Amino acid sequence: MTPASHLLQQEIPLTWYLLLSAALFSLGVIGFLIKRNLITVFMSIELMLNAVNLSFVTFAHQWHMVKGQIFVFFVMMVAAAEAAVGLAIIIAVFRARTTLAVDRIDLMKL
Amino acid sequence: MNSVPDIYRILPEVILTLTGVLVMLVDASLPPGLPRRSLGWVAATGTAVAYLASIWQLSLPVGTGFYATVETSPFTVFFHALICGIVLVALLLSLDSLPEDSHHQGEYYALVVFGAVGMCLLTAAIELLVVFIALEISSIATYVLAGYRKETARGPEAAIKYFLLGSFATAFLLYGVALIFGATGTTQIYDIANLAPSAQNHSLVLAALALMLVGILFKVSAVPFHVWTPDVYEGAPSPVVALMSTAPKAAAFALLLRVVYEMFPTLHSVWAPLLSIVAVLSMTVGNLAALRQQNVKRMLAYSSIAHAGYLLAAFAGMGNAGIAAASFYVAAYAAMNVGIFAVVTVVSGYDENLPMIQDFRGLIYRSPLLGGLLIFFLASLVGIPFTGGFFGKFYSFSAAVGGGAVWLAIIGLLNSGLAAAYYLRLAFAAAQRPSDETGLTRSYEPRAGVAVIAALLFAVAATLILGIVPGDVLHAAQTGAHTLQPPPPTATEVIGIATTQPRVP
Repeated sequence: MTPASHLLQQEIPLTWYLLLSAALFSLGVIGFLIKRNLITVFMSIELMLNAVNLSFVTFAHQWHMVKGQIFVFFVMMVAAAEAAVGLAIIIAVFRARTTLAVDRIDLMKL
Repeated sequence: MNSVPDIYRILPEVILTLTGVLVMLVDASLPPGLPRRSLGWVAATGTAVAYLASIWQLSLPVGTGFYATVETSPFTVFFHALICGIVLVALLLSLDSLPEDSHHQGEYYALVVFGAVGMCLLTAAIELLVVFIALEISSIATYVLAGYRKETARGPEAAIKYFLLGSFATAFLLYGVALIFGATGTTQIYDIANLAPSAQNHSLVLAALALMLVGILFKVSAVPFHVWTPDVYEGAPSPVVALMSTAPKAAAFALLLRVVYEMFPTLHSVWAPLLSIVAVLSMTVGNLAALRQQNVKRMLAYSSIAHAGYLLAAFAGMGNAGIAAASFYVAAYAAMNVGIFAVVTVVSGYDENLPMIQDFRGLIYRSPLLGGLLIFFLASLVGIPFTGGFFGKFYSFSAAVGGGAVWLAIIGLLNSGLAAAYYLRLAFAAAQRPSDETGLTRSYEPRAGVAVIAALLFAVAATLILGIVPGDVLHAAQTGAHTLQPPPPTATEVIGIATTQPRVP
């Protein structure tokens, strides 16, 4: 047995998936906080949702329950609905202000 | 043991959905030029029927439906009735204040009703998947409503801020759901309550609780998750603010009660101090920031943050007392906050010609009724006796004292004093003699129709009833609290069968 095929037969521990999911979620949070373009900020939120989806699938595998995977379908569906509304709002913002820079959408201040 | 048809368990939601669909379809089939104001009456009628249906649900035995995903109990009925009432008043308010030639009026009414579906479902859901869907139904509808004045510069800005921060919060809540699913292998709230204490990975449960709290506290705009509130309230039309400062918050507080008292009762020692700290922060930051506001709606936004703090103080209370006090406060807060935003809508109008506090100068001389109502609702927000705000605060702080958090009640009382300063500023402005150059004399033409009068009447009546004879509502809140607390352990085994229990008298 070659080392390569041996590696292939080993299953990746579930913890790794969870760590990846946590890392993606954190990247989404960081992106949300530091990015300065509305579209990018919105993409960061989508990244967070997909990180959660990865967690759901991992846990569904761990518990041998299909419930987690069903949850993922609903999350994807809701994310699509959210994207439709979100992009519409972004277009409305662009029409009103001709910019998508977060720093310049500041008519209302503390 | 007669089982109740599942459909009865979500009857108010079904009625609201049908109303929304009807409004949307009629709106689409009417020729473009025709006025769509009558659709608002259709929506209001549907909401009133949904209100009656939720009261009727009291006659159902307490139990679950649709494979233990939704529940009817006095707790859900309490919040259903409250949310339907708020939505009804907001619809009546919109009927007279939306401009006659307003584009997309039909969509507006449909969205309000669809939002109500989500909020009602959120209070009934006992399965986290349904919780998530319901939360999104209500959120997406309110995102759109926040930006309804899209021709102005502030409308879309309010919508985008609300949308981005709301979705951000939802992602946190969802991550919490994923982790609790990982820890217990289920997303049914009763099952989680049974399994979470014995979960192998306790830190996963704690992380799930923390993430879910972040998500929900965003929705109720508690400090430090409040930054979106003033901007969104300022940019959104006033009738929408009357709705979204109360109804989604009521639903979110119902969810918070469910999560902490029903799902994680064993972690009381973890979440109670956390929520107390958030309560203190919300009160103090909200009140201090409100002091320096000149814009009425921004001031009221910070006031609503402070009120979220007073409400969270009730969560320091033990079990039933805390739940009942929080439920009562939600009702009292909703009545007076809808009322004051109704007055603001009538005075400053849909286009908000008069957004500042000094613009309200001399209101009581121009229109004694409106000025009087403004001062009445401000008095309730301060917490003066014989108004709903007084008993709300009283029960909330009593619950905190009962839970051993005397310091929390003291900070709450100090904050109430601080809050009086800015409420009275607006009241004094309204009572001052108008000078010629104030905005009020320049352009003052309130549009007061039957619907607005009815809306104001409902709000005043609710605030007065909660302040003079709070017994019935408090009793309803306490009955609800009893049904919320102990999760029936049988829900796991009889999954798929509507569990029926004797109704709590």
